[in-house]
Amino acid sequence: MTLNPTTASAAEIASAVRAGTISAREVIDAVLAAIRTRGKALNVFTAVTEERARARAAAIDARRAQGGALAGVPFAVKNLVDVAGLPTLAGSKINRDHPPATRDATLVERLEAAGAILVGALNMGEYAYDFTGENVHDGPSRNPHDTLRMTGGSSGGSGGAVAGRLVPLSLGSDTNGSIRVPASLCGIFGLKATYGRLSRARTFPFVASLDHLGPFARSVGDLALAYDAMQGHDPHDPVCVQRPAEPTLSGIDDGIDGLKIAIAGGYFRKGAAPEALTALEHVATALAVKREIEIPEAARARAAAYVITATEGAALHLDRLRTRAHDFDPAVRDRLIAGAMVPAMLVNKAQKFRRWYRARVLERFADVDVILAPATPCTAPLIGQQTFVLDGVELPVRANLGIYTQPISFIGLPVVAVPVPLKPLPIGVQIIAAPWREDVALKVARALERAGIVAAPNPPE
Amino acid sequence: MDDSLDSLIEAAVQALDLPFEPAWQPAIKANLAVTLRQAALVTEFPLPDDSEPAPVFQA
Repeated sequence: MTLNPTTASAAEIASAVRAGTISAREVIDAVLAAIRTRGKALNVFTAVTEERARARAAAIDARRAQGGALAGVPFAVKNLVDVAGLPTLAGSKINRDHPPATRDATLVERLEAAGAILVGALNMGEYAYDFTGENVHDGPSRNPHDTLRMTGGSSGGSGGAVAGRLVPLSLGSDTNGSIRVPASLCGIFGLKATYGRLSRARTFPFVASLDHLGPFARSVGDLALAYDAMQGHDPHDPVCVQRPAEPTLSGIDDGIDGLKIAIAGGYFRKGAAPEALTALEHVATALAVKREIEIPEAARARAAAYVITATEGAALHLDRLRTRAHDFDPAVRDRLIAGAMVPAMLVNKAQKFRRWYRARVLERFADVDVILAPATPCTAPLIGQQTFVLDGVELPVRANLGIYTQPISFIGLPVVAVPVPLKPLPIGVQIIAAPWREDVALKVARALERAGIVAAPNPPE
Repeated sequence: MDDSLDSLIEAAVQALDLPFEPAWQPAIKANLAVTLRQAALVTEFPLPDDSEPAPVFQA
């Protein structure tokens, strides 16, 4: 066995499994051992599907000749994604009483159809109403680069498991930034595709108007590989569009000549810590980008996303609030109860503003292909840290780590979060493209990776 | 604002049958205040009467 399955990329593992230089069983043995040992300190797994993974590895080894783009590639999913045989926790205590899921989520089925092997479910902030990756029931996900620090959330386990070299690939969800924030704080790549591109079928929702699912990986190629395997219409998610799959991997190295790229100014500079601006500058310099554009009314967009989130979240959990208020994380419960008190006309106004804002931002894309913005205002805060200072104002960490992601997901734009390996901690930059142009964002991310500007740094041993 | 929020919380808890304990009041109030401040940012922005909300139902 020459390949180390815990440090290899998904593409390398699949290639080796197809070639027969490593067996899927050897890959899974190594990954399960890593989860049992190094994984303990990170607290990112809430369930390990060992038996299932071993059975699947045996099946893949038995039909190696058929291969598959992800042959033998281990992956894990945020525990709001249905895994047959497990209750779908969504980070909660309450859902532990749910019966086990009877069928995998569509995205799990699609990754496994390409040969991937599910190895477990991952820790997350309760009901995804979170940017920290902390969880009062399961304990916090811990950042592999400094285990006293947050992973970011709510897909904290998804970020920590990939950054911590436990799996090369994971799935998370992003309503307001929950893929891009942990990707930034953990120093890995994350893709939030266009709203409606990837199926959400058989995943526990949070805010139907804004929920996205998507992959995390340590390289752009792996991100594209996983994304391509998951694309395509799904009649089980009413939001999933009727678009045919548009594969990205084959064109990822086509280069970025002719692409018009700009930096988001104004709102997206305000409050950023020096390291967030340094990371942005590294990326902009490498791309020779000087042009700055204003995304109009971004603060209001974030506000409208905030209102829709509070109220749709409250509506989703109303019955549970009434019957099991004491079983919630108190911080989540109090936000949801407050959300239940917000008058409906404010939500309607927010949804009308959303359409206005979408039209204005799409106008910007008439003469720009990609917009760059910080992913988070700072590197990973300490676990338990309640507040930080942005632009001279002390603000709660939990609600404000997503200030730069929220105005973007609000209108469903595709984003690749790329890690800039600053010392001592990495931080991400958002590569934002027009709707349905994930290919463009991935090409830019790939060009930056080839130039050595973005990379998933190795955590300390 | 503070007194009116206290009144709104008290009335909403009763009228909407929401769970409540006095110890939760400060956090609920703080969260409600933030959300309403955010909402005010949205409502103060003028939009024409014929604006459509973003989600569009298709029969």
